[in-house]
Amino acid sequence: MESVENTMTITIERETAGRSLLEQVKADSGVDINLCLQCRRCSNGCPAAEFTGASPSEIIRKLQLGADKEVLNDEFIWVCASCETCFERCPMKINMAGVVDSLRIRAAAEKAETPSGNMPLINKTLLGTMKSFGRTYDLGAMILYKAKTFSYFRDAGKFPMILKKGKIALIPSTGGDKKTVKLIFKNIEKMRKH
Amino acid sequence: MKYAYYPGCSAESTARDQYTSTIAVARALGITLVEPEGWTCCGSTPAHQVNHDLAVSLSVANLQKVKELGLDMVVSCASCYSRMKAANHAVTADPETRKKTAEITGKDYDGSVRVRHFIEVILEDMGLTKFKKSLTGSLNGMKVASYYGCLLVRPNEITGFDDPENPVYMDKLVKAMGGESLDWPHKTECCGAALTLTKPEIVVKLSGSIVGMAEGYGAECLAVACPMCQINLDMRQIDIKSQTGKDYKMPVMYITQLMGLCLGISKNDLGLGRLINSPEKIMAGVVSHA
Repeated sequence: MESVENTMTITIERETAGRSLLEQVKADSGVDINLCLQCRRCSNGCPAAEFTGASPSEIIRKLQLGADKEVLNDEFIWVCASCETCFERCPMKINMAGVVDSLRIRAAAEKAETPSGNMPLINKTLLGTMKSFGRTYDLGAMILYKAKTFSYFRDAGKFPMILKKGKIALIPSTGGDKKTVKLIFKNIEKMRKH
Repeated sequence: MKYAYYPGCSAESTARDQYTSTIAVARALGITLVEPEGWTCCGSTPAHQVNHDLAVSLSVANLQKVKELGLDMVVSCASCYSRMKAANHAVTADPETRKKTAEITGKDYDGSVRVRHFIEVILEDMGLTKFKKSLTGSLNGMKVASYYGCLLVRPNEITGFDDPENPVYMDKLVKAMGGESLDWPHKTECCGAALTLTKPEIVVKLSGSIVGMAEGYGAECLAVACPMCQINLDMRQIDIKSQTGKDYKMPVMYITQLMGLCLGISKNDLGLGRLINSPEKIMAGVVSHA
């Protein structure tokens, strides 16, 4: 494993009118990241840090310094696998996974750069199947995602074997209480507009 | 022993084997599982990344159904388990969230349904002594690396499952079944399954390190309790082989499948044919004393 560098460069764009991202995240997630001691226990256990060059403690520092745009465009928030090691090990009990969820929501609202791999798209296609069938239809979501990202051939070699083993359902489930799920999506949409 | 069993969406698709083995094991152990009618998706991995209220409401809709049954909720998928626990925590900790969730789902819910993993039910409610008495076979020294992953154990103040850094529940079951439970360091490392479509190159590295570590400790198979870990660790061995040349052929089995082998349940009911890396070789070592 590569050692985590001890230096970082932070770019802050001067234009902060309105509420800062730090305040927005606190309002959304209820998490006060100003409790952070920069002890880096979160970063040392973070599987995403190794692959992105960023880390949870660094994201926190950037938020505190107001580098909002840089944080929202950082690939880190989409490489985070929500494994919650950061939250588990934080001596100040900062729910960093919750912070990252808020950052994803803000990034989508602010139309930040689409991250490589396009996680927002797979989230959208999966939620679309829940809305239609009441339960997740993973094969349907996967096909849509692959069509839109032109990644049909990635992992395609494994597909015949997965089908043969019966490892994925071909058709969506019909047993779910669709009415309740539709009501939930409708009410969420109504609240979002308000 | 009677519980409401929430199978979760993967039970009908990628984790059909976990579902059928859980049902068969429960039956063999005299545990009654009742499926709440019309259960729906818990919101799992996408909802919490998109909208907090949506994530809570999708899980609460199922907790409400179970509340009406007056039973504890038993879950076998680690992701559903984590989302249900998070929803209970959200409505209990914040009255505002409870009110909002009632508006969204059309019903008030107080967060009182107890959510349990199937493993917890066996260890905490049934007890190992009784479990051992039901066994008709033994793993006969099979070396098993129990892999817990993320969602069962973290964050422990919300899930409350065993221990967050060194969980031993599956190890205890393995030992009770006459297997050798390995003390190895990657029990709770993340396998990266959530990134399987978006960042497969990262997933291959994380999974490779877990399977490699298990192999290094002499494991004959990995025991898991999460559908995403299972398909990921099982399927990604193909990429690990093509990228590193290491062909582990390590069976990745649900703990319920291992339990089924020691309860005399058929291969078919346990869904062993669905595993990508075949467990045939290690199964030959299982001894029946029925």
